[in-house]
Amino acid sequence: MTQERPREDDVAGAPADVLYREAFRISGGDYEHGGEVAARVKAILKELGIDPACSRRLSIANFEAEMNVIMYAESADLVLEVAGDEVRVTVADRGPGIPDIGLAMQEGYSTATAEMRARGFGAGMGLPNMKRNTDRFEIESVVGGGTTLRYAVRIA
Amino acid sequence: MTIKEIAEKLGLQPLTALSERTVTGVYISDMVSDVIANAKAGNVLVTVQVHNNVIAAANLVDVAAIVVTRGRKPADDTLQLAEKAGIPVLFTELNSWQIASHLYEAGLR
Repeated sequence: MTQERPREDDVAGAPADVLYREAFRISGGDYEHGGEVAARVKAILKELGIDPACSRRLSIANFEAEMNVIMYAESADLVLEVAGDEVRVTVADRGPGIPDIGLAMQEGYSTATAEMRARGFGAGMGLPNMKRNTDRFEIESVVGGGTTLRYAVRIA
Repeated sequence: MTIKEIAEKLGLQPLTALSERTVTGVYISDMVSDVIANAKAGNVLVTVQVHNNVIAAANLVDVAAIVVTRGRKPADDTLQLAEKAGIPVLFTELNSWQIASHLYEAGLR
């Protein structure tokens, strides 16, 4: 797949410290390509010379976010922003939303279906994994509207 | 010990190309979130999961090889994904516990 390198109009709308910005579309239900966006982001971070430990932590969060969209939402845009001191990601989905974020953040709590569990998901580890592997993690959700995640990993 | 040596020693059937990569340890799990959170770079992943999301997770955390146990075989497109990621996939009729004990006997800790 061809990657678009930073274009001026991509970076233009971003905060002043953003050196690189790219958006990726994730489609709900697309298990076949699950993890591809996370892999593409990882390849970009490698190319940009980001420390592998930072990249690994962000990749864990990105994979969980991507799989959540695939399992629960209609679609989402994952926006990667590399700044001087951190790598930021925003994942805004169009989906059912999360009625009780506190409960969803609890390790072991899951609303996964039998099919998702058969695929090895539904351990209730997704959101806690994301929080643990990022230095900043925010979640906003509107029931019937969608969920937006904002997280970042500091660049060592 | 390399992946190739482990495959030979334990009689594991390679479903994708083997590598000479040195193994750092073993992680055993069938939960994808557990794999991505806890498998270390260079680990052999022992699992019964055969779908492509496991390959994607293993690739993101730089797993050295995947041993699929209990006679399960990934679909061809999943194997292609592993091949592309450079992750050897090994097949065995044994279960995860049996493979774990063999890996331990082979010297992996």
